[in-house]
Amino acid sequence: MKKLCFRISVLVLAFLMVSPILSDNHESSILDKVKKRGRLICGVNKELPGFGYLSQDGKYKGFDVDFGRAIAAAVLGDPDKVEFRSLKAADRFPALQTGEIDVLIRNTTMTLTRDTANGADFCPPNFYDGQGFMLRKKLGITSLKELDGATIGVTAGSTTELNLADKMRTLGIKVESIVFEETETLYQSYDQGRCDAVTSDKSQLISRRASLKNPDEHIILDVTISKEPLAPVTVHGDNKWNDVVSWVVYATFFAEEHNITQAKVKNLKSDNPEIKRFLGDTGNIGELLGLPKDWARHAIGAVGHYGEIFERNLTPLGLPRGVNKPWTEGGLLYAMPFR
Amino acid sequence: MYHASNTMAQNSTNIPFWRDTRVLKVLFQILFLLGVFLLAGILYANMLKGLESRGLNLKLDFLRNEAGFDVSDSVVEYASSDTYLKSFYVGVLNTVRVSLVGILCATVLGLFFGIARLSTNWLVRNIAATYIEIFRNVPLLLQIVFWFTVFGSLPAANNSIELFNAVYINNRSIHFPSLQQTAGFSSWVGYLYAAAILAIISVFVLALIFYRKHAERMKEGDDNRYFMHISRAAKWSAVPVFLIVAIIGWFFAPESPFVLVRPEFQRFNVVGGIRFSASFISLLIGLSVYTSAFIAEVVRSGIQAVSKGQREAARAVGLSTGQTLRLIVLPQAVPIIIPPLTSQYLNLAKNSSLAAAAGYDDLFRIGKTIMTQAGKEIPVFAMIMVNYLTMSLTTSAAMNWYNSWVNRIKR
Repeated sequence: MKKLCFRISVLVLAFLMVSPILSDNHESSILDKVKKRGRLICGVNKELPGFGYLSQDGKYKGFDVDFGRAIAAAVLGDPDKVEFRSLKAADRFPALQTGEIDVLIRNTTMTLTRDTANGADFCPPNFYDGQGFMLRKKLGITSLKELDGATIGVTAGSTTELNLADKMRTLGIKVESIVFEETETLYQSYDQGRCDAVTSDKSQLISRRASLKNPDEHIILDVTISKEPLAPVTVHGDNKWNDVVSWVVYATFFAEEHNITQAKVKNLKSDNPEIKRFLGDTGNIGELLGLPKDWARHAIGAVGHYGEIFERNLTPLGLPRGVNKPWTEGGLLYAMPFR
Repeated sequence: MYHASNTMAQNSTNIPFWRDTRVLKVLFQILFLLGVFLLAGILYANMLKGLESRGLNLKLDFLRNEAGFDVSDSVVEYASSDTYLKSFYVGVLNTVRVSLVGILCATVLGLFFGIARLSTNWLVRNIAATYIEIFRNVPLLLQIVFWFTVFGSLPAANNSIELFNAVYINNRSIHFPSLQQTAGFSSWVGYLYAAAILAIISVFVLALIFYRKHAERMKEGDDNRYFMHISRAAKWSAVPVFLIVAIIGWFFAPESPFVLVRPEFQRFNVVGGIRFSASFISLLIGLSVYTSAFIAEVVRSGIQAVSKGQREAARAVGLSTGQTLRLIVLPQAVPIIIPPLTSQYLNLAKNSSLAAAAGYDDLFRIGKTIMTQAGKEIPVFAMIMVNYLTMSLTTSAAMNWYNSWVNRIKR
């Protein structure tokens, strides 16, 4: 009888251990979890200077990292209440799906398959990119067709891997692709001459070229073979959380449109009704998002508007703003109305 | 009253089931098993529910979709327009390839260094000990990356090292010349058939002649001698007959059946011949050197387990050191070596999943690519696990069979 009691109690215990998982349905949003935890967990890159990298003092820095800090500031009121986890391209979606990270901001291209089959929900793109090729100047190559027979390096689990195969098939040429999981190994191999060219998002090529042995010996071909809208990602089905991340991104666009800088935002008083709503002086947009009234003040106060984030991280690499300009200046950044 | 006590007496031999230990034992086990199944069921249902809420499922029909990515190392023909299933299959083949070749190399190296470590020669013994201790104690991942980096310091493709105008080595790959069939091949195959038939006939003829000659002695039942002579006849007549006819056929065929294809450098890469990529070679070296250090220790312990008296007795009857090792020590050491050796083989096959570090397209790496590109983590992970499990179980079944075979011979 003692044994029976023991076994039954084991079962009951086991059931009790499982039941919290069962009750963990999606009525509770990641937003609530982040607030309860008091800390945001953000998946980033650690090998891409400009976008996401570990600086010499051991802190994560970069364009994507700043967006993570802006979200933390908006939700928790403090841009430092965020923990960054570095992820390889091939590991990022599993990390998001399993709830290891709250939000993924890791130069991730939005595609239909990812939006559906990968269990991800995309926010508005914060960087419009395109896939290019980098190779040695001395090869004298100007078009892709001349790459027939070459070895081309590419990152595993990326859209670039698929675009490369597609493009080469349309051009009817055969290249050998060599695939690496670590961005670091990819560019090291390229530098050693183990591949003739390397293909990736142009921003990444520009950012990595600077760290090659002789940056001047390499050129980036004047061809763009794909559209790469890079966007923050949240897990599929959590609309409340997706709204928060999306509107933080829009907030950075909006702030640039209205020239609300990091320096000014704290004590800014405006007569413009939309800016007043944006800053939380009137209206209830904060409440609608489940955030504090002054969330936008905190977000912009932490990292500045889009232009400031760009200039701080990407301009030093020599990256032109291109289409990543406000729509008022002919770019693609278009904040939805804060109303 | 009397009646009642009578029934009680009857019941005492027929105890109720809830007090019968024989029944209870089984009952508890059934209950426990039910509990385990219930728990597994709850977990499974929970997983399905979680997947569903994220819009995911466990269906495998995505495997028929186009993969869309390229694979650099493939034994079979593969293009990015093939299906996910095909790309997975390519990965399986690549894992099998590196494991099989790796096991072979590791065994040869391990046997060599294991024996060398017991050598009476100071230098040989210490070189072997150093080899074993270095490669056994450095993490495998580090070793694979090391070999891959070493490979990278070789000359570039347009500046390849050339050996005998046939073998090309550069930081991307090693190329060997290959044999290619020509139009003359099919007629040469005809000669080969003829050669085989002639060889078989020659064995029968010799056997017949021998049987006539020794018919008397056969009756005494000396079967062994008969078979010995047949095998000798096969060795001395069939093999030469086959070779001579095959060589004659080579010259009489309308065209030489094979031509040698030499690799040559084109615009970007060395092309033609048999190619081994740097990724494959570095992974192979890493795996076989690392595992060989462990195998060497297994071999050494096996040899040392054979009692010293055996060796001394062998020397006493006048066998040389080599003969002692080959005829006396190794046959007794092998049954001791095989079980731990099997574990080393299994380790090698499983460690091949570190291939990604050298950019080799093995099962795990391709599986991970499929996972990300198709968004099917759980089904693909299950497929990968089933594959490794099958490979390991097959290896261990083969080794168990070999083990029992060796032990049968011994006793």
